[in-house]
Amino acid sequence: MITITDLRKVYRQGSREVVALDGVSLSVAKGHIHGIIGHSGAGKSTLVRCLTLLDRPTSGSVSVDGRELAGVSDRELLSARRKIGMVFQHANLFDSRTTAENVAYPLELLGTKRSKIKDKVSNLLDLVGLTQFANAYPSQLSGGQKQRVGIARALATDPDVLLCDEPTSALDPKTTDEILELIKDVRDRLEITVLIITHEMGVVKKACNSVSLLEAGKIVEHGPISEVVADIDGRLSHALLPLPGEMPQDLPPGTIMDLLYSGADAVHPVISTLARQFDIDVNVLAGSVEDLGGAQFAHLRIHLPVGVDIDAVTAHLTASGIAVSVKEA
Amino acid sequence: MDWLTSLLENPGITTALPDAIIETLIMMVIASAATIVIGIPLGVVLFLTAPGGLTPVRWISAILSGLIVNITRSIPYAILMLALIPFTQWIVGTGIGPYAACVSLTIGTVPFFARLVETALRDIPSGKIDAALVMGSSRFQVVRKVLLPEAMPGIMAGITTMVVIVIGYSAMAGIVGGGGLGRLAYNYGFQRFDSQVMIVTIVIIVIIVQAVQATGDWLTRRVDHR
Repeated sequence: MITITDLRKVYRQGSREVVALDGVSLSVAKGHIHGIIGHSGAGKSTLVRCLTLLDRPTSGSVSVDGRELAGVSDRELLSARRKIGMVFQHANLFDSRTTAENVAYPLELLGTKRSKIKDKVSNLLDLVGLTQFANAYPSQLSGGQKQRVGIARALATDPDVLLCDEPTSALDPKTTDEILELIKDVRDRLEITVLIITHEMGVVKKACNSVSLLEAGKIVEHGPISEVVADIDGRLSHALLPLPGEMPQDLPPGTIMDLLYSGADAVHPVISTLARQFDIDVNVLAGSVEDLGGAQFAHLRIHLPVGVDIDAVTAHLTASGIAVSVKEA
Repeated sequence: MDWLTSLLENPGITTALPDAIIETLIMMVIASAATIVIGIPLGVVLFLTAPGGLTPVRWISAILSGLIVNITRSIPYAILMLALIPFTQWIVGTGIGPYAACVSLTIGTVPFFARLVETALRDIPSGKIDAALVMGSSRFQVVRKVLLPEAMPGIMAGITTMVVIVIGYSAMAGIVGGGGLGRLAYNYGFQRFDSQVMIVTIVIIVIIVQAVQATGDWLTRRVDHR
């Protein structure tokens, strides 16, 4: 469990003050995977540096399983850092060390006995499926394999939180899926709390239970995936279940509306019911249907001809538990 | 055959050459070892205290980088070795001989070698240092367990370059009393117009330098896992 409360980070650039984090608060329960998504410049890197204590936040707190990290003394800094295991975009393995030696590094820092390091390293390599590469150097590994070593290394000191900074941004789509599966597998087996910082919505879709949208140093939307998707006017919902941005040209006059529905409703024949009930022609312009956060969601853009009672249609749809947003009349 | 016969009877070759080779090797080994022992810590301190380094300390960086390293590097070795003769007499007890020459050889190459070490350290991607810190390494552990091993290929290549330069400087030091192949070439080859000794000396120096370079390259490849 990790709780971040009102985290602020202000940099000085000459006489100018740059607010990189402007009161970020979030809480992730044990065993959950939380995504923090944002464009470059939103404050993602600053957040990572504050969470790992590479930079001290200006104010606010970070606590892991009830232990406050942000305000620790310099003396406790090194042990505080071990509460959070970190996975980097480019793995950042040490080229001079073999796979096994890389995973052993954090244990060497703790002065762990050699025999114990050996056991632990072989367990971790088994966990990430790299046992046969124990004596290979990083230059002999593929990008995905390097990231697996990075994950094993991050887990070596049994941290409470696994912090992944753009873990798949340097990988191809297939390897991305493998690494996300591994992160989920690790979460299931170790019941660890995972925080994934990313700019890729696909990562959030595939791996996360909940998500926060970071923008200009603030969290502007957040919640469990199924909740943020259900908010038809929300930006995360649009990003998770995108429809084409442009309205089609040369349409007959009428009304364009977006519908969003989930769960059991998603498999209901919403459109044909609507057509029969109001005796109208419904034209589907665009749509996407996906499994998100364990439920099925459908996002449709439909066109209704002139003369239809929009209020009545909206009332009917809303009564069936469908979110409606009228785009253009 | 005549040339070869006279070569084997030339006292410059039969008597003076073996001693000269040994003197040159003494200067090479001692000055290089001293340069490594002083230069690696100095390079690490230059890297750590530089602005934006792991522990930026402005005054240490200014003194080491600005004053000592940059100024010493600006003085041509031929002048430095002459200027250092009183200091050498105080340290070694004599201003001549291969051991005395090691003092100015070391002082002349340390700043240059420290810069090579600093450059090798700078080539390490900052993400690796971040990774080491995030895992809870102390600064000393970062230096010993990450920075030096990761920079070892660069440092090894730097050591090779430095040893070759020490050989070159040792010839210069030899002329003003250091002994070795430099003095042999000067005394016999230049002052007595003995072209045989001159040629043999050149061949031997080329062989020594090539041997150093080949060994250095081999060691660099051995430690390079990038």
